[in-house]
Amino acid sequence: MKLTEIMKLTEAELLCGDAESQDYKNAFSSDLMSDVLTNEADEAFLITGLVNVQAIRTAEMADISCILFVRDKEIPPNMIRLAEESDITLLRTKHTMFWVCGVLYQAGIVSVY
Amino acid sequence: MNFEYTVSGDDYSLAGRASSDIKKKLKQLGIPATVIKKTAISMYEAEINMVIHADGGIIKVTLDPRHIRIILKDTGPGIPDLELAMQEGWSTASEEARELGFGAGMGLMNIQRNSDGLHIDTVVGEGTTVTIVLNMED
Ligand SMILES: Nc1ncnc2c1ncn2[C@@H]1O[C@H](COP(=O)(O)OP(=O)(O)OP(=O)(O)O)[C@@H](O)[C@H]1O
Ligand SMILES: [Mg+2]
Repeated sequence: MKLTEIMKLTEAELLCGDAESQDYKNAFSSDLMSDVLTNEADEAFLITGLVNVQAIRTAEMADISCILFVRDKEIPPNMIRLAEESDITLLRTKHTMFWVCGVLYQAGIVSVY
Repeated sequence: MNFEYTVSGDDYSLAGRASSDIKKKLKQLGIPATVIKKTAISMYEAEINMVIHADGGIIKVTLDPRHIRIILKDTGPGIPDLELAMQEGWSTASEEARELGFGAGMGLMNIQRNSDGLHIDTVVGEGTTVTIVLNMED
């Protein structure tokens, strides 16, 4: 599914990166960073409510190229800068993790494993 | 080739910078992507540990044609029961570390799974030295 379509479904806004060129079949949701690092999640985008620099670092280490932040969290400029340096696309939605996962699952996005 | 980093124990937002830098260097050197990812994940878990469980420390990374060797040395509290610490789910992470998304008790196991060698030398009250070895070839 095109990332632009994912944005439409989850009513997400783009904070940085290029949504036009990305396509995903899989998603992974977690607030535990070691959990993210354990998974073969590099073909997936990450859905998380965890807003801090380590969320970006974790994505960088795990080769994850897009993060969708849920629950209308404020994303500070230093996080956006770090994501830009690492070529990571950031999205934000006001909806909850549960809602976002439900909507995407229904639309055909599948779990990483 | 040798690289050395001083990791601060005070600023959680800086944790992971050394691992990020090594990841970029390995990319420039044309190391296989699978090896880079395993190295980045292992080093990052250990770097985070030295920040959240100790007070930062020194990381030395050595590259030779066959291996990547990462030595992380801290002068933190040490690990009283290493066998227990290695178990999935065991964690003494502080509330502050948990708010950052750490403390699942999965880091050491994750390092073991991703690396080709993990050795931990630890003395309670003196500190911990973690040595991680990865093979250059996948
Ligand atoms: N450098 C260290 N100094 C002191 N104790 C450590 C160190 N590294 C690990 N430990 C101890 O080992 C435990 C397990 O570490 P591990 O990395 O597996 O999990 P964690 O850091 O608690 O959580 P996670 O890595 O999942 O975020 C830690 O909770 C801590 O008690
Ligand atoms: Mg850990």
